[in-house]
Amino acid sequence: MLTKRVIPCLDVRNGLVTKGVKFKNNVDLGDPVEMAVRYSDGGADELVFYDITASAERRPIDIKMVEAVAKAIRIPFAVGGGISSVADMERVILAGAEKISVNSLAVRNPQIIAEGARAFGAQCIVLGMDPVKSGATASGYEITTRGFREHTGIDAVEWAKRAAGLGAGEIVVNSVDADGTREGFELEITRLIAEAVDVPVVASGGAGRPEHLVTVFEKAKADAAIVAGMIHFGDYTISDIKAAMHAAGVPTRMSW
Amino acid sequence: MTAIIDYKAGNLTSVKLAFAALGAETLVTSDPRAIAAADRVVFPGVGAARSAMENLKAFGLVDAVKEAAATKPFLGICLGMQILFDHSEEDGGVECLGIIPGRVRRFPSVPGFKVPEIGWNGVEGLDGKEFYFVHSYYAEVVPETTGVAEYAGVRFTAMVRKGRLWACQFHPEKSGRIGLELLKEWLSC
Repeated sequence: MLTKRVIPCLDVRNGLVTKGVKFKNNVDLGDPVEMAVRYSDGGADELVFYDITASAERRPIDIKMVEAVAKAIRIPFAVGGGISSVADMERVILAGAEKISVNSLAVRNPQIIAEGARAFGAQCIVLGMDPVKSGATASGYEITTRGFREHTGIDAVEWAKRAAGLGAGEIVVNSVDADGTREGFELEITRLIAEAVDVPVVASGGAGRPEHLVTVFEKAKADAAIVAGMIHFGDYTISDIKAAMHAAGVPTRMSW
Repeated sequence: MTAIIDYKAGNLTSVKLAFAALGAETLVTSDPRAIAAADRVVFPGVGAARSAMENLKAFGLVDAVKEAAATKPFLGICLGMQILFDHSEEDGGVECLGIIPGRVRRFPSVPGFKVPEIGWNGVEGLDGKEFYFVHSYYAEVVPETTGVAEYAGVRFTAMVRKGRLWACQFHPEKSGRIGLELLKEWLSC
């Protein structure tokens, strides 16, 4: 049976993994390669790296880091941040990443999704989105960009459908409202998008306890879920999370 | 020397890095002579069956692949497994290499099952261990099938073996320690 994936997210700033709440009050946590190995050995099903300052500093993603991670681990990983063209995507893929995540770039230029999917296959192109609860759109959720700073007026569910139609192979739904709270995933927007598209949906934002993952898999139809603070600060291990999922009857990869 | 066949069907970095992690020397090549000279041959592939078959023909690699599959340790991965079969439904129907009798079909549309299948699925015949899959098409179960997985109500070939020809739908190069163990076993077959 296909198992539900647990995906640690590593935000990288100045070469170090960092963690903040809603992009503020960041604390540096360690070396990305060392953390990648630790999580991979600890049972992570996949990893995602965001170079969180690349776009703001108008520089390309740190390719040396991508190469070092690819050498060190044997599980799939996605990379986002600082991607502005198909040529940037190619560099990241040739460095050994399995997937590229685009977010604000795709809102500005949706065709980048189609171009990336044509060049590398839909399975390589992940659409990241940061929806926030809003009265401005029909679904009640609006897309924000640039680290939640800009509201776009775009309906989150419509955007997910359009992106999947353009060739996004997977959609990461990162709730702005839940991000960093560690009080659980935003179930409604996750479910709305999981029901609206035919591609896998990854829940993101708000994971604080193992039961939050159980709930998002059982109630919101997510195919995978992202965890960050709850494991970065040592409150839980991936084993703890997976044991809870397994005990609740969620299909889980238990040997690695 | 293990040759990794490059026919512009996907990224080979992960395959190369996985063999490097096992200390195996590899050569990424599109040259039929280099494939003929290699001790072992890896036939990867990501993407669509039609363009893969067209590329193989354009590179003059069809005979080299058939020869290698019949005479030396050979490992097909993902699309590199699917096109070893007779025929794929992809792109309106594609004649493939016909090295393994059988057909490749698209997963049916079933509520609750996203296509492509992306993630770790358990394989019967390989102790139920989970490997990493990314695919929208599957090869039917045939007499040579040694590993079976299930998705969208379909039981499909996760692995086939025919002598020293091994091929898998999953990506052993991205399947962690368990994937590396499988590659190691192939390196000594």
